[in-house]
Amino acid sequence: MSTNLLTLEGVHTHIGAYHILHGVDLVVPRGQLTLLLGRNGAGKTTTLRTIMGLWQASQGRITFQGEDITAMHTPQIAQKNIAYVPENMGIFADLTVKENMLLAARQAGHASQMDEQRLQWIFGLFPAVQKFWNHPAGKLSGGQKQMLAVSRAIVEPRDLLIVDEPSKGLAPAIIQNMIDAFQQLKASGVTILLVEQNINFARQLGDTVAVMDDGRVVHAGTMQALAEDEALQQSLLGLSL
Amino acid sequence: MNFFKDMDVRPLLLVPVLALLAWPLVGSGSTWLTLTVAGLAMGMIIFIMASGLTLVFGLMDVLNFGHGLFIALGAFVATSVLGHMADWTGSGQWWRNMVAVLPAMGIAMAVAAAVGLAFERFIVRPVYGQHLKQILITMGGMIIGEELIKVIWGPLQIALPLPEAMRGSVFWGEAAIEKYRLLAVVVGLVIFAAQMWVLGRTKIGLLIRAGVQDREMVESLGYRIRRLFVGVFVAGSALAGLGGVMWGLYQQNVTPQIGAQVNVLIFIVIIIGGLGSTGGALIGALLVGLMANYTGFLVPKLALFSNIALMAAVLLWRPQGVYPVVNR
Repeated sequence: MSTNLLTLEGVHTHIGAYHILHGVDLVVPRGQLTLLLGRNGAGKTTTLRTIMGLWQASQGRITFQGEDITAMHTPQIAQKNIAYVPENMGIFADLTVKENMLLAARQAGHASQMDEQRLQWIFGLFPAVQKFWNHPAGKLSGGQKQMLAVSRAIVEPRDLLIVDEPSKGLAPAIIQNMIDAFQQLKASGVTILLVEQNINFARQLGDTVAVMDDGRVVHAGTMQALAEDEALQQSLLGLSL
Repeated sequence: MNFFKDMDVRPLLLVPVLALLAWPLVGSGSTWLTLTVAGLAMGMIIFIMASGLTLVFGLMDVLNFGHGLFIALGAFVATSVLGHMADWTGSGQWWRNMVAVLPAMGIAMAVAAAVGLAFERFIVRPVYGQHLKQILITMGGMIIGEELIKVIWGPLQIALPLPEAMRGSVFWGEAAIEKYRLLAVVVGLVIFAAQMWVLGRTKIGLLIRAGVQDREMVESLGYRIRRLFVGVFVAGSALAGLGGVMWGLYQQNVTPQIGAQVNVLIFIVIIIGGLGSTGGALIGALLVGLMANYTGFLVPKLALFSNIALMAAVLLWRPQGVYPVVNR
């Protein structure tokens, strides 16, 4: 079995007339948390959406568990056991928290068929999900919605969890809660690909890191190496961790 | 079901408010009651026809101006089926009438569903995401459908008399309430309840509600929303066929243009209700039915204009309709 769960080789993406990704090369090692860093507009979200088939790669190859998924449609890709949390969280506001979770549980036809043991584990990670179980998701706060979005992604075991900026717009206390949850998720063995702008968040969680600029990966390595090299941080991100 | 618990009740009040405002204008209490029941019956039939269309728009952003074709088909199929069952429709017994009407409804729904399936595959699917082309091609599809109806059933108006036991009125004080209109209200309520059950209590319903809000996310969860859309399109076509049967019996005649005529009312209804909202479509349909009957009695020349004015007033209050679908 390859050590890399997901691989992108020379991926280009066009959105209309715009050429956004210019040959992205990225590997996501199995069982690790890989961070995708970079300035606004570097192409991080486009990379995630291209992996999920929401935007089609115009060139290059994406393989998951050794299988070419480049030309697959989004539902097929998701059925490969990949969960995706978009930047806007993708919460169904008119549905209750329970209904949101039930939709993500593809194996369950009814709420009573969801894995109770797993739900209890999720409630332990995110108590708000249990507290507001029967409430409309649209009435949750921003932090609670983010907790629901991540909970929904892990309601059934997935091989890869792709999350776009989970700390965006969250209060510091909730960010710490989210970091704790991701640490527990890492410990459970799930592979995670995370886009993040919050450097504290990134430093506490990342195993490997890829830095993007202008639609390309310009640096790949371990998070520890990047955290210890101030000059590299300055040149890649324009700041010090 | 949180549908009702968390529902904004103010739009619901529009229906009784409109009815109460009309009372002093109509004057006579019995006439008002007759008009109100007629309006609710008309509204329920329009709801049956409109509910599929609003979900089609909500799920896939498809503007189907050909929806009236399924209504016309339903009505014409009913003329054929009921025409062959004159012995049953001519009986004064309810059960014998229903033995004729229920198969007519079932066959009309099946024909409309089958044509809907072909319509989606060959007319709508090539123009996903292209609103202008959708309008043009679906209107074109309806025109072709109307012409085919003329080829099959002829260009002239065909009578669709009510079965014997459904004719006449029941009296409440001095108010005469037509039996068929009461039946239409009951059928409409049953259809609404069934839709609410499916949308609120089944996983398919959850997917439809979620897809109306954010279809990209539904696909990211691993569901093929196009299959769901085809299912909703076919079900919506079948409901339009059923509505066509009921509308034809309500008017007691059908013409090839019946679908195009009702299309205007249906679009007013789904715009008032909020595109993609089933509950909104019900409110919109009841408002349109009541308004059409009150103005038809008070100022007949303003009957159609009154519904357009109603839509404008609602949109001034809520620009996205009474129940705008979140995330759209």
